[in-house]
Amino acid sequence: MINFQYLRADTQKKAIDALAKDASAQFIAGGTNLVDLMKKGVTSPQRIVDITHLPLKQIEKVPGYTRIGSLALNSEVAEHELIKNNHPLLSLALQAGASPQLRNMATVGGNIMQRTRCTYFYDTEMPCNKRIPGSGCGALQGYNRMHAIFGASDKCIAVHPSDMCVALVALDAKVLVSGPKGNRRIEFEDFHRLPGNDAAKDNVLQQGELITGIEIPDHPFTKNIHYLKIRDRASYAFALISVAATLDIQNNVIQDVRLAMGGVAHKPWRLPAAEEFLKGKKVSEEIFREAAKIAMNGSKAYEHNAFKLKMAPAAIIESLKIAAKLD
Amino acid sequence: MDKKVTTPIHSSARRNFLKQSSAMVALALAPPTILKAGDKKVEDQIAGYFEKVPVKLEINGKAHALSIEPRVTLLDLLREQLHLTGTKKGCDHGQCGACTVHINGKRVNACLTLAVMQGGNKITTIEGLANGDELHPMQEAFIKHDGFQCGYCTPGQIMSAVACVKEGHAESDDDIREYMSGNICRCGCYTNIVDAIKDAKKGGKSL
Ligand SMILES: Cc1cc2nc3c(=O)[nH]c(=O)nc-3n(C[C@H](O)[C@H](O)[C@H](O)COP(=O)(O)OP(=O)(O)OC[C@H]3O[C@@H](n4cnc5c(N)ncnc54)[C@H](O)[C@@H]3O)c2cc1C
Ligand code: FES
Ligand code: FES
Repeated sequence: MINFQYLRADTQKKAIDALAKDASAQFIAGGTNLVDLMKKGVTSPQRIVDITHLPLKQIEKVPGYTRIGSLALNSEVAEHELIKNNHPLLSLALQAGASPQLRNMATVGGNIMQRTRCTYFYDTEMPCNKRIPGSGCGALQGYNRMHAIFGASDKCIAVHPSDMCVALVALDAKVLVSGPKGNRRIEFEDFHRLPGNDAAKDNVLQQGELITGIEIPDHPFTKNIHYLKIRDRASYAFALISVAATLDIQNNVIQDVRLAMGGVAHKPWRLPAAEEFLKGKKVSEEIFREAAKIAMNGSKAYEHNAFKLKMAPAAIIESLKIAAKLD
Repeated sequence: MDKKVTTPIHSSARRNFLKQSSAMVALALAPPTILKAGDKKVEDQIAGYFEKVPVKLEINGKAHALSIEPRVTLLDLLREQLHLTGTKKGCDHGQCGACTVHINGKRVNACLTLAVMQGGNKITTIEGLANGDELHPMQEAFIKHDGFQCGYCTPGQIMSAVACVKEGHAESDDDIREYMSGNICRCGCYTNIVDAIKDAKKGGKSL
């Protein structure tokens, strides 16, 4: 790892100032993604700003919302009574990610900001528009089994690897951000972006902006929920496909529904057309099949990931069935 | 403690001056002395890169006042500087669990942890589990159940297992398998590891 200067921020303002002044500086929280990438030489910040001493660890209920500080640990959020009771989907998604040790280090902010696990991004001998803009996309003609089936461009077909973010986009969370120009609140759906012509940018955060927390609005989804994660082994692996499904069912009729997928796009992928279709319908396997078909509109496979075109709808149906307790 | 760790590496007065001033910057984040991108002199930059940061932490009950390069991971600090080689380096990328230690009682991967960030923390490694010559109940259980072959993953498995039981995540075989999934065993001793953990838990001795 190339050496760097270490700074510890004791106030939010100092953290933001340090990054705003220096484009080569980066925040560090749990370090589980940043240290990994620095060892590989994928990123080499000259200065690292330790934000772990900032008071951003709270998990609390406020009227209308649950607010979670960006430095709350993935394990603490997953096991917190407030989250298990009010947002069980988030607990399930967090527990499906990484390992117990990593979840004890990983923070909410770091999880949102984690980079893709595309092997061409990680291998500095390979072209990658995300790592070196203009160098090309190694995965496009390469081994692309893990890659996107929605929203990709010829500049980048990588996927966002987070499980937590799939639950958060389904739950209409907001990302709370503080930066040199003040505070802003970003809809989770708008936080991560599609690669388009600028694969280097994963999200809309500006240099110097710090994620201070997230807010999850109150919702009725506590009973009929499921997070299905399909991976190459039973645990401790990134998703090939994951599906967050939540239903609000009254008298066997779907009042409201949220659906989102992981492992399929450059961002956590919400399925609004399938949700619209399901609203007001009676629960049945047939309508879940129909919804899965609708969800797959616009999907596109590459040489090695065509299996995802079959796996994704099957996963949507399965996740909805488990959430609806059909069987 | 290794003497080399606490002795400054730079001998020239200029380097020592830089070391001191940079340590102050590092701790107080005082803007006037922060090097600005673009106007750094190459020498300053190079000197700045290799500045060590003073860190006080506790390892297995013993206080250490160290001087650490920012890029040193907790794993490398333990193994290379303090010669606590019980903690193993498997993948060095968070993928195997061989480097599992406890920080303030929580299990973490030492390979992805920067040592400079551990000021004030209490670290426990495999060397800190036994009570003198008396093995920790989890160590005894691993021996009794043949929870290893080559033994390379074992310190990490045991550190993880102790935490797994304390967290309340060892309530069933499935539970143990899921919550021990962060520790890979190349020799495939998984079934015996599950047995060892159940036995240690049942033993009821304080873990
Ligand atoms: C072996 C392995 C397996 C994994 N498996 C999974 C998995 O199955 N599912 C999954 O979802 N994840 C998985 N992960 C990824 C893990 O969840 C992330 O590494 C972790 O969430 C990152 O959080 P952190 O606090 O450690 O971030 P850091 O490594 O500290 O930071 C990551 C990035 O976020 C930035 N950052 C951190 N905090 C903030 C903030 N508050 N504001 C602005 N920027 C910030 C940093 O500058 C850095 O660029 C795995 C990781 C490993 C190593
Ligand atoms: S050496 Fe740390 S997880 Fe493998
Ligand atoms: S005992 Fe050999 S790797 Fe586990």
